[in-house]
Amino acid sequence: MKQIQLPLSARDIAILHAGETVTLYGEAVIARDAAHKRLYAMLQTGADLPFSLSGACIYYAGPCPAAPGEVIGPCGPTTSGRVDAYTPALIEAGLSAMIGKGARAPEVVHAMRGRAVYFAATGGAAILLSSHIVAAEVIAFADLEAEAVRRVTLAGMPVIVAIDAQGNSALWPIA
Amino acid sequence: MKTMGAIRILPASKVAETVCGLVIDAVCRLPDDVLFALHAAKDIETGAAHAVLAQIIENEALARAARRPCCQDTGLAVVFIDIGQDVHVDGSLIDAVNLGVAEAYRKAYLRKSVLSAIARENTGDNTPAILHMRMVPGDRVSIHVTPKGFGSENMSRLFMLKPAEGEDGILESITQTARLGAANACPPVILGVGVGGTMEGAAILAKRQLLRACGSKASTPTLRRLEKEALRRVNALGIGPMGFGGRTTALAVLIGEMPTHLAGLPVAVNVQCHCARHAGAVI
Ligand code: SF4
Repeated sequence: MKQIQLPLSARDIAILHAGETVTLYGEAVIARDAAHKRLYAMLQTGADLPFSLSGACIYYAGPCPAAPGEVIGPCGPTTSGRVDAYTPALIEAGLSAMIGKGARAPEVVHAMRGRAVYFAATGGAAILLSSHIVAAEVIAFADLEAEAVRRVTLAGMPVIVAIDAQGNSALWPIA
Repeated sequence: MKTMGAIRILPASKVAETVCGLVIDAVCRLPDDVLFALHAAKDIETGAAHAVLAQIIENEALARAARRPCCQDTGLAVVFIDIGQDVHVDGSLIDAVNLGVAEAYRKAYLRKSVLSAIARENTGDNTPAILHMRMVPGDRVSIHVTPKGFGSENMSRLFMLKPAEGEDGILESITQTARLGAANACPPVILGVGVGGTMEGAAILAKRQLLRACGSKASTPTLRRLEKEALRRVNALGIGPMGFGGRTTALAVLIGEMPTHLAGLPVAVNVQCHCARHAGAVI
């Protein structure tokens, strides 16, 4: 299986193709609905973000609390469509990879062209996926608990390229 | 006046303990019938659909071995209780259910996803549970817990059909629900369908169907025929596992029916993801 290092290189963005199964390595940031609302508001007002969006990979997820001995609790993807309203602005600010589940709005697919790749992880495969997270730390919005922003290190997380930077999609309805 | 027969006394703490255990059991494994259906689906799928199903099955084995949840969305706890009319619960039954839920989510490190609907403030312990209670004959209490994830719950629909729409209308309601929402509900899904009753009656009946095993037989030949045809139509959509296309959009369509008013035909379709957790016990 193809191994992909984060942040995505310009070459990877250009050649990753919808439908490919790959494994991801490197740094990503976990953020979902409530965190996106705040990040978006910060972008609008020009406030400093808690992490740099340039070349960033966001994983849409809200893990369980870590049990003793766990790096992070079970952590599968959540429905990406719930942050679609904010995503074009984040891509504009440098976001180049996203991991989630389910379809994206046409505005997101458009904003991704030449700039970003959307990976799908298997919903409900939370333990399998968290076993590929080797480091995790809350970096912002700790008050949001399950929805807090976390910096994580991925080691071989299995994902499928759902929508590539050319606008091809592996998701139903398949054209 | 007739004298009272023997009334069984059940301490509320026993209910709390049982609910706590059932929540943890439910989230840390999938029922055998669901696993069986997932294996059967994996055998007929190829490509991304096959890969997704293999991951779901592997994940379940990891979760079961580690006694950790299959899915991080450990849900809103929906609790069905059939309480025998010859039982007296000593203490508050409702409090006992919520205590059991709170204890499970705390001690098993499950995600607390319950918050106030408008202000969005987390209640901190995943309570209150949604409780559906019925009084039944006997001196036993039967408890079923189904922690419901919202990726799938959000895709559920209610249709207040005209009586003239009949069987075709029922089938179309089911297919339309799948067409509009199954891709975002972690397919392969299971569809619980309630036909008849009132608005809320149909919805609760739909949720009750999700307690049935995949592949279990509906109560009447008409329902069995409708379940089969609905499953055929939903799988013909081709949404497939996690929306990557394929033959398995749903593992099962489970339909229940109850009488309704002559002027109406309510149909509720409750969408359940492949992480179809439930556990039950009789105390
Ligand atoms: S829809 Fe089900 S499997 Fe998917 S994230 Fe929610 S609870 Fe988990």
